[in-house]
Amino acid sequence: MVRGHKMAFRERVRVMDADDIRRAVQRIAHEIVERNKGAANLVVVGIRTRGVPLSLRVARAIGAIEETEVPVGRLDITLYRDDLHTVSTPVVRETHLPGDIEGKNLVIVDDVLYTGRSVRAAMDAIMDFGRPASIQLAVLVDRGHRELPIRADYVGKNIPTSREERVRVALEEVDGEEGVFIGEEAD
Amino acid sequence: MAERRHLLDIDDLDREGMERILETARSFAEVLRRPIKKVPSLRGRTVANLFYEPSTRTRLSFELAAKSLSADVLNFSASTSSVEKGESLKDTALTLEAMGVDAVVIRHPVAGAPWLLRRWIGATVLNAGDGMHAHPTQALLDLFTMRERLGDLEGKTIAFVGDILHSRVARSGVKACRAMGMEVLLVAPPTLMPPSPMPGVELITSLDEAIPRCDVIYMLRMQKERQQEGRVPSLEEYTRLYQLNVERMAGARPGALVMHPGPMNRGVEITAEVADAPYAAITSQVTAGVAVRMATLFTLLGGAEGGGDAG
Repeated sequence: MVRGHKMAFRERVRVMDADDIRRAVQRIAHEIVERNKGAANLVVVGIRTRGVPLSLRVARAIGAIEETEVPVGRLDITLYRDDLHTVSTPVVRETHLPGDIEGKNLVIVDDVLYTGRSVRAAMDAIMDFGRPASIQLAVLVDRGHRELPIRADYVGKNIPTSREERVRVALEEVDGEEGVFIGEEAD
Repeated sequence: MAERRHLLDIDDLDREGMERILETARSFAEVLRRPIKKVPSLRGRTVANLFYEPSTRTRLSFELAAKSLSADVLNFSASTSSVEKGESLKDTALTLEAMGVDAVVIRHPVAGAPWLLRRWIGATVLNAGDGMHAHPTQALLDLFTMRERLGDLEGKTIAFVGDILHSRVARSGVKACRAMGMEVLLVAPPTLMPPSPMPGVELITSLDEAIPRCDVIYMLRMQKERQQEGRVPSLEEYTRLYQLNVERMAGARPGALVMHPGPMNRGVEITAEVADAPYAAITSQVTAGVAVRMATLFTLLGGAEGGGDAG
C-alpha cells in the first residue's frame, strides 16, 4: 500500500459515517483498557498520516475512561519501507515517541490494515527506539489481503474487499470530512 | 528508466529541491539523536568515497551518513591507493563502475572533475568539493544550521569573510544563500576578491563596516600559502584587518551567528574566544553535516529512477 500516493478515486459506497467512526474508536479504547488492565503502562503511537489523528482520538478516549493522560507518539515509516526502490520521491517526516518506550505496552494505530507491510515497517522503527513489553495493533478498517503474518488486536470494522477496490478513510483533521468509503481507481 | 540524479553544484537544485533536502535532514537529525542511530533505507546500496585531496571531516561526515542509512561504504583516498601507481581518475571510475557501486562521492583538487566522472559512469555522482569551484553539501549544511538558529532566512544578511577568490565554500554558499532570499556581502582585501562579481552580492573591503549589518558572519580559512603568492603583504597585516575577535564582535548585532567551514586557523582568521563562544555555530555545522548528507544520499538514491507505483 502506498502512503501519500494520490490517485483518482471513484467512490461507490460509504461504509462508515462520523458516528460509526466515533463508536469504533470508543469501543477500541475500551478493549485496550480491558486487555491491558488499565492505562498505567500504555503508549499509543499513530502511523503517519491518518494513524496520527486516530491515535490522538484513541488516547483521548482511554484517558477519559481511566481519568488519566495517555502518552501519544507519531511514527514516520518511510525509512523502513521495503518498497523504497519503487517510489519516485519519498518524503520523510519526523518521528516522535513520548519518552522511553522500554517495558511499555505500545499500541500502534493506523487507519487501514491491508498487506501488513506498513505495520512491519512500524515495528522495525519502534524496535530501534527500545524494547517495549508488548506491541499491539489497532486499526479502523481491516480490509484483508495480508502479505505478512500480521493481525490486528483491535479492529473498528472488517470490510471484505477485492484487491481491485480502494478503501478511502477521511478524517476531519486531515481531510475536512469524516467517513470510510469503498470505490475503485478511476483512470 | 529516467536519468540518474546527481548533485554537482548547488544550482542543480531549485529552491524547492533545497527546501526538500533541508526538511528531510530534520528527520535525519532526529534519527541521529536516537539510541540506535541507524535506519535501513539504503540497505544493499554501495557508496564509494573517492578523495583525491586530504580531508578528514567531509570524508568522515559522508561515511557516517552512508552508514547511518545502512549503505555499504568504500573509502578510497589518493595517498593510499593506486593513484601513486599512476592510475587515472577515469580508470578508477570505471573500476568502481564495474564493481557496481550506486553512488560516488568525489573530492578532487581540479575544478570540474565531478562533471567528468558523471560522463564516464552510470552511478550517482556527489561533489564533495572540486578545486576552487563548488561544494554543494557544505552550502546545504550551512543553510540547515542557519535555519535551526535563525528561522526563516528570507531578508537576512550574511557576510563571507576572507579568501573568497579561492573558496569553493563561498562560491556554492553565495548561490545557496541568494536562492533562499538572503542578502550577501563579500568581505576581503581586493586581491582575494573574485575577478568577476557574482550577481546580487555586495563587495566590501572593511570587516568593521560589514559586521554591524550581519545576521551571519561566515569566516573562511586563510591559507598561509597566500602570503607566499603575494596575495597578502603579511599574515600579521591580514590578521589585523580581517580577524574576527572579541573586540570586533562587540559591534555585531545581538543574536548574530558566527560560522566557519573548518578546519580553522585559530589565531589567524578567527580567535579561539570567538570560535568557542555561544554565538559560534561551528560545531552545529559539523552535526548538521551528517544529517544533511544523509538527506542528500537518501534523496538521490532512495527512490526509484523513473518513479512508480507499489500498488
